[in-house]
Parts: sequence; structure tokens; C-alpha cells
Amino acid sequence: MTAAEIVESLKAKFADAVLESKLDALQPWILLAPRRMKEIAYFLRDDPAMQFDYLMCLSGVDHNNGKLGVVYHLSSTVHRHKIVLKAQCPKEDAHVQSVSAVWGTANWHEREAFDLIGIVFDEHPDPRRILLPDDWEGHPLRKDYKVPEFYNGMKVPY
Amino acid sequence: MIETKTLPTRYVTQPGEFHTSSGKTLRTDEMIINMGPQHPSTHGVLRLEIVVDGEIIVDVIPHIGYLHRCFEKHAEHMTNYQQVIPYVDRMDYVAAMNMEHGYAVAVERLLKIEVPERVEYIRVIMAELQRIASHLIAVGTFGIDAGAFTPFLYAFRDRELILDLFEMTCGARLLYNYIWVGGLSHDLPPQFIDKCKEFCTYFKPRIKQFNDLLTFNEIFVKRTANVGVLPKDVALNYACSGPMLRGSGVDWDLRRDDPYSVYSRFEWEPKLGKGEMGTVGDTWDRHIVRMREMEESVRIIEQAVAGIPEGNVQAAIPKRIRPEAGEIYARTETPRGELGYYVISDGSGSPFRVKARSPAFVNLSVLPDISRGGMLADLVLIAGSVDIVLGEVDR
Repeated sequence: MTAAEIVESLKAKFADAVLESKLDALQPWILLAPRRMKEIAYFLRDDPAMQFDYLMCLSGVDHNNGKLGVVYHLSSTVHRHKIVLKAQCPKEDAHVQSVSAVWGTANWHEREAFDLIGIVFDEHPDPRRILLPDDWEGHPLRKDYKVPEFYNGMKVPY
Repeated sequence: MIETKTLPTRYVTQPGEFHTSSGKTLRTDEMIINMGPQHPSTHGVLRLEIVVDGEIIVDVIPHIGYLHRCFEKHAEHMTNYQQVIPYVDRMDYVAAMNMEHGYAVAVERLLKIEVPERVEYIRVIMAELQRIASHLIAVGTFGIDAGAFTPFLYAFRDRELILDLFEMTCGARLLYNYIWVGGLSHDLPPQFIDKCKEFCTYFKPRIKQFNDLLTFNEIFVKRTANVGVLPKDVALNYACSGPMLRGSGVDWDLRRDDPYSVYSRFEWEPKLGKGEMGTVGDTWDRHIVRMREMEESVRIIEQAVAGIPEGNVQAAIPKRIRPEAGEIYARTETPRGELGYYVISDGSGSPFRVKARSPAFVNLSVLPDISRGGMLADLVLIAGSVDIVLGEVDR
């Protein structure tokens, strides 16, 4: 399926959740409603014409304009097509629905996005930090992040 | 807390109970054991929190991050796209060439530039030599996990020869900074082609020797077959890649299925696990996939060395790298699987965001699923067969 066809069938099924799409980008992407991700993900995985069975990557992004984003890179090992999904949320209310029930691999990726960017994934089965210590303060990959001077009494900058 | 009680007639064993020869039933409680962060068989600083019921694994909770350096933040603070390359070297320090290759491919696609043929051929030769070197470490240390020390020494002896080739090319043995965006830091030295052919001739019989010594060794097979079985659907759901995915019988190799560089010009085939010794997707299958991939890599190297064209390897290196605003996700096949770089450019001279999708990180996330219900002693083998490099897991 081409990206245009995927956008069309998503619009037919989830008209109010498809916010924007850009088909002439290097890799075409679709912007979706952050709190509808799970049902859309189930549809993309299970629909016979889609069969996006392989979540290549899930990345958190700080867009530096008051918004945080999650980017999903999907591919299908059956149909060999790809698509990029995006979800954006304001920094003050950084909530995106988790898709780790759909693709198991999303579990750790979402924990990483929470850890480094500070996006909260609703319905995540194990919402802990993954790379940083549990008592670390702040989310380092945010553009306005300031390195703390001390961590548990230890000087941080070396 | 262990207590004993007499066994009534026709007593059915409850979960967590064991019969002893004297007719007593032992009751056991669940126990939590820490493996790592400093433990020889975790292949680096990985901590596994293991819940065991006797010798049976109830759950495994991996704790990672001990080597976390936030590579992605470093990359954002570079003043130039080329400066990121030494950092990607240090992610997967046993397959640095493959890490550089993936990054170079991503930025070149973002810049929409073509690189000279000679550069592509040299990159393929380096990537495949590195794949052999990395697989040698994987199978060698896997042997150690199973209790076989000699194959490890054989593997490291042969890996040294590959490192000699790298040293001859760029002066470094581990972290090369060799593959640059648009080209290479040096051309091949004049004697490289001969030495490389010499290595291929030397190495082919060594694979058979290694197989005789380890792979088809009765004890090793008994120890690894039917252990840590990763079914096909779970492998795909967890987005496993590389030998993990192929070991489960999924015919998927990015060098063929999402072609980059000049791989489509060579004759080779991905090797799959077939369950020859036990079940499809067990640890033995993952091991044999690595062994057979080394043979395929030698095939690719021989063809690439024979067909290498002339050219200037630095001709296409851009003076200033300023991609248009945009983003790219490029994936390449490293020894551990799918390495993806998600690069966002805002039109300036340094990347706005670089995310590395590291194969070992993703492969490790399936570990709890494939270890539950197995024996504690097998966990060492299961973790070994995933072939993790913690520098890349933690980034």
C-alpha cells in the first residue's frame, strides 16, 4: 500500500483522529490524536491490507516549541510497506496512549521516551525509568534541561 | 523458609513443592537473586533481578543503564554532523564499523548525496569483516557461557587478524572513525587487497574447525538445544532483529530486504534457524545462524574485493553539512540486527535530534519472555545467545 492509501483508509475509519499528513516528505508521515493511538495501532497491526507487524522504532522528540512528540516507525514484513506515525502533546500535559499492548517492543521504547523526554504513556504496564536512576530529577533530552549540580551529594559535572 | 511434611498417600505435587527420595515433600518459597551488574556472564554491566522458585525462573527483570552516557544529547551539542561519528563508534564498541556505516547512510539520505562506488565497496568489505569479528566474540563468549573455554581462544586468535587489517587501514583496532559522511577517512593501503584475500583463504577452514570443536559438540548441543525458545510471532512482536529473528526462522535480512550500499550486487543468502537440534528459535539455532553468517560474510568480502573499482574516496565528502529541514529513519543490518538512526534536521549545521534504535536494546527486552519457566543455569546461556553489547544497550 502507498502512503496515500494508508492515509485514506485511516481517515475512513478514524476521521476525527487523523490530524494532519505529509505525503511529500522524505518518509511520509501522519499526525494522529495522542489519546487514540492504541485503537489505531490495533487496526494497523491486524487489518489484512495493512499488517504492520514490526514496530521498527519509537522515539520521543522535544520540538522546542512547547510541544513534545512521539514518532512511530512501522513496517510490515508481509507487505513490505512502511509508514511513519506521529503524536504530539503539549509540554504541560504530556500524555500519550501506550501501544505496548499492541507491539511488545514498545514497552522499553516508551519507558526510554518517558525517562529522557518526560512523556507519560497512559496505560503503560511498567512506567518506570529505564536508563537513568529511579531518583533522577528531570528529563535530559528536553531542550531546556539543566544538568543538576549534585546527585545524592555527588558532584555531577566532571 | 523451607519446611518439611510427610507425604500423604496419592499426594499431588503442588507448585513450589519437590519430592525427596525419603518420601518427604520440600516446600520452597520464591527467592530473589541478583545477577550482575558485575558478573562474568552478563557480558558487561547488566543487572538481572531474578525471581526463582527453586531452580525454576519465575521472572527476570533486567536493569540497564549502568553505561548510559546519553549519546543522543551529545549528538545534539555537536557543531557538525561529522563530529558525531566518534560517538557512534563508542556505542557498539565491538562492531564500530557497522555503527559508523549506519550513521553515514542516514545522513547521506538526509543530504540526498551519492557516494562513489569505491567507497561503497570498501564500506561493505569493512562492514562484513567487522561482522565476522563481532560474531567471533559472540560465539566465543557463548562457548564460555556453556563451559567451553578453548573455542573462545580460537575465536580471539582469528579476530586479531581482522583487527590487523583494520589497523593497517586506519590505524585503530577498536574505534575507527573511518567511515565518514560522504566518504572515508583514508583510502585502502596498497597491500590491503592481498592481505584480505589471504585472510579469507585462511578463515574458511577455521569455521569448520570451530563447528567441529563447539557447534556440533555433544555436550554443547545437549546444553543449548530446546533452551530459551523464541517463537516467530513473539520475535516479530518484540521487533527482534538480526540472528535473534533469523534464528526463529523469519527470513528477514535488511541487506536484502531494505537494500542499502551495494549489497544487491553480491550473491549471498540469509541463514535461518531450522530447529536442527531441537526447536526452531532455541539458543542453538541462534548460535548456528551466527556461524553460517560468517561463511556468507566471507563470500561477500571475496566478491567485493574482486570487483572493487578505482576512485577517490574523499571526493563526495561535503565541505559543509547543512541538510534541509527534514527527518529520516535509516536502518542497516549490524551483527546484532537492525540499527536505525532517526535524524531530524532543522536546517542548521548540527542535528536537532538523533535517536539510535539499537538492536541489542530491543533484543534484550524479550529476555524475560523467553526465560520464564526455564532453569536458572540456562539463563546464562539465554542471555549469552542474545549477544548484547551493553555500550549499545545503554548508549
